[in-house]
Amino acid sequence: MSDATGQTALDTFPRLLMHHARVRPERPAMREKEYGIWQTYNWAEVAENVRAIACGLAQLGFKRGDRLAVIGDNRPRLYWSVAACQCLGGIPVMLYQDAVAQEMAYVLQDAEIRFAVVEDQEQVDKMLEILPEVPFLEHVVYDDPRGMRHYTQTLLMGLDELQEMGRIHDRNQGDFLDGEIAKGATDDISVMLYTSGTTGKPKGVCQTHGAFISAAQGGKEFDRLTDREDILSYLPMAWVGDHLFSFAQAMVAGFTINCPESGETVMTDLREIGPTYYFAPPRIFEGLLTQVMIRMEDAGWIKRKLFHHFMEVARRCGAEILDGKPVSAGDRLQYWLGNLLVYGPLKNVLGMSRIRVAYTAGAAIGPDLFRFYRSIGINLKQLYGQTETCAYVCLQPDGQIKLDSVGKPAPYVEVRLADNGEILVKGPMLLKAYYKRPDATAESINAEGYFMTGDAGFFDEDGHLKIIDRAKDVGKLTDGSMFAPNYIENKLKFFQHIKEAVAFGNGRDFVTAFINIDLEAVGNWAERKGLAYSGYTDLAQQPTVYELIREGVEKVNAELAADPMMSASQIRRFLVLHKELDADDGELTRTRKVRRNFISERYGVLIDALYEGRKEQYIETPVKYEDGREGKITATLRIEEAKTFPSRAARQAA
Amino acid sequence: MMMNEVAQTESAAAGGRRIGDVILDLQNISLSFGGVKALTNISFNVREHEIRAIIGPNGAGKSSMLNVINGVYHPQEGRIVFHGEERKEMEPYMAASQNIARTFQNIALFKGMSVLDNIMTGRHMKMNCGLLSHVLYWGKAQREEIEHRKKVEEVIDFLEIQSIRKTPVGRLPYGLQKRVELARALAAEPSLLLLDEPMAGMNVEEKQDMCRFILDVNDQFGTTIVLIEHDMGVVMDISDRVVVLDYGKKIGDGTPDEVKSNPEVIAAYLGTAH
Repeated sequence: MSDATGQTALDTFPRLLMHHARVRPERPAMREKEYGIWQTYNWAEVAENVRAIACGLAQLGFKRGDRLAVIGDNRPRLYWSVAACQCLGGIPVMLYQDAVAQEMAYVLQDAEIRFAVVEDQEQVDKMLEILPEVPFLEHVVYDDPRGMRHYTQTLLMGLDELQEMGRIHDRNQGDFLDGEIAKGATDDISVMLYTSGTTGKPKGVCQTHGAFISAAQGGKEFDRLTDREDILSYLPMAWVGDHLFSFAQAMVAGFTINCPESGETVMTDLREIGPTYYFAPPRIFEGLLTQVMIRMEDAGWIKRKLFHHFMEVARRCGAEILDGKPVSAGDRLQYWLGNLLVYGPLKNVLGMSRIRVAYTAGAAIGPDLFRFYRSIGINLKQLYGQTETCAYVCLQPDGQIKLDSVGKPAPYVEVRLADNGEILVKGPMLLKAYYKRPDATAESINAEGYFMTGDAGFFDEDGHLKIIDRAKDVGKLTDGSMFAPNYIENKLKFFQHIKEAVAFGNGRDFVTAFINIDLEAVGNWAERKGLAYSGYTDLAQQPTVYELIREGVEKVNAELAADPMMSASQIRRFLVLHKELDADDGELTRTRKVRRNFISERYGVLIDALYEGRKEQYIETPVKYEDGREGKITATLRIEEAKTFPSRAARQAA
Repeated sequence: MMMNEVAQTESAAAGGRRIGDVILDLQNISLSFGGVKALTNISFNVREHEIRAIIGPNGAGKSSMLNVINGVYHPQEGRIVFHGEERKEMEPYMAASQNIARTFQNIALFKGMSVLDNIMTGRHMKMNCGLLSHVLYWGKAQREEIEHRKKVEEVIDFLEIQSIRKTPVGRLPYGLQKRVELARALAAEPSLLLLDEPMAGMNVEEKQDMCRFILDVNDQFGTTIVLIEHDMGVVMDISDRVVVLDYGKKIGDGTPDEVKSNPEVIAAYLGTAH
């Protein structure tokens, strides 16, 4: 890749950054809400700040190939640190900011981190706590000086001082950094992203500048992104999706990223910014919809009537209008009116009035949920990808949206299916290697250079890819029929009162499930029914809540019965867990995926109770609080049966 | 930094604040309402930058003591020396102008106003423009308002309540209302902060948060804090010195450890066999 003049190839991120600083210095590159006001940094300022951080790091002794840990919320200065590290030919390693210290220790050791840039006192404390385990950690630079006054450790330094030091360095040796940027090559590793560790210890995925730039470039062409887009950066920086959307694509397309004030203000900030390009995992869309529905329940009857009437109209024709399909004039008129009275104001409240393209990924999205957003005119689409492929394999093209597929292979990407249904991909966005794990690298890339995703799926008649489950999770019941736990769990989770579910059945006679209730949704339901409860555990064990959940389970069973492949997987027995599955207790990954093996070990007694036909089971569960203390939750869980349905194939035979 | 930033010495950086001279000295205070003696001959002092706790069973006179300090009650006997000057008859608004701010046992916020507006009221003493120019909101008044809003935003940031900035106070849970009340007191940039049961009715997590904020305020801004609290664990953890009242009399005074081992204090709290 080279720009029009052919002078400098824009094939690394530092070169892209300097390019934007030259071409569009006055355009906003980043905004951050601070002290209640959106502060804007244009591309020239960003480049200047990145220079200062880079020179400061160099002054501290940061060398080419060194790894820099970056830990914190989405703060402009942390993004700058990532860019600064790349300028020096280093490799940024982002960590999940809410991880406990011990989890961080593993990554710091694995990546042999000497330098870390962290957000605040909380993260500094974690670094100091694990210091004995990572003796090679030389410098910890913090962004926010609040509460740092009494820290005397010599390895600590404020980012302000580092930048000041860097500016002096840059004045003295003005050509140093340009030299370093010139040394960078497109095949250099630009970033290391740790896999969430659904299976085993996390692995560092090494991605080159070229890989992320081509993934970003492909996405930019696919959705015709310009430098006028606005995006809200609020998902963890350590997650590949954020790195692609908030960093790589912003660098390639030159658009603006916006950092929220704090985790709790994201909704307000979203409304103030009104992004044109938006990314969120399904659970966020789900949370928004739940909130809207709850508030509509409390609204006056005129508003409620209006809302339900026009939502019905939207359900009928909204998605079709968005896809440009033919719709009768009457429906069009109704939809136009609905847009004026309901959809428009609703989108405004959600902060989605300006959205051109919105994506969701990371987990399956419920068909009702997906249809809701599309029907009110939000161009929500799905994509499919992994950390190893820069989150870029399949995208849904505008106007060709199917609820249960993830779309077509993206530009430059080749997708193939193995004999066992596993999805194989090839393209410029593939990982270079797993860090220090040649065995894992060799295992995941086959002889022909295809990356083995580990997901099972198939192409439908229009060439859209459908994902069923993790290839290795797909098991068999004792009668030999297929058991795809994720598929079942996702169906359960589409029910608004169910937050998480874990299905069991591999090598068993029938399928059983653990259910986690959604506290907000069930709590609200309980309030409306006048049901008294003292807390999560109590609510979860109420007989009426079991009734409610059973309804959902039986609906899923009915759906499963309709699918000849899946009808044997109907859930016979289930229980509602007494505590929420939590990443802090190791039950979920940081990206909120269920850690199946860990859960089956931890709750072994419950699984036995499910299969032994018991009516209830006592359990003690150790839990870890956010401040690191440990406690215990005890409960006696009820176990109930759910109705199953004869499969369609069997009915036809009879 | 926003408040009367105190130059911290090297020793402060090595841990612990530097506790300064006595700034508030209460000598032989007696207060009665008709025949009821609320406080009897109480003397104690407060040093600069310290966290001073007043504890005691219900009805011991703790809140009366706080009300004496900020001028709500006028003791019949005794002297109050604040910053080296003996205090004459004083009204509460004068306390505010002397950089004394307080929070209340029963939250005293404007329930219908937003968090932001409530905190803005804490800036009232610092506003200099006249009524007319505020009504016109032009020139100096506008500049002043922006300046005050900036301070308020700093307090909001400090107490991490950005997400409720525009929420009416009445809609907030109790623990957050307490935090808003603290924010309003802080907005006045006090040098002496009086907290009347800042943690009453809170759950463990809210108490932890509040403790951290009190320590942070004391540490970052050097604010002297006098607090009344029932939770002994909290008091013993965060305060430098504790004064113990019982039936309007002082029965103990000293560091948390000294107070804990004082037999009279133990008797007042646990009761003795008569």
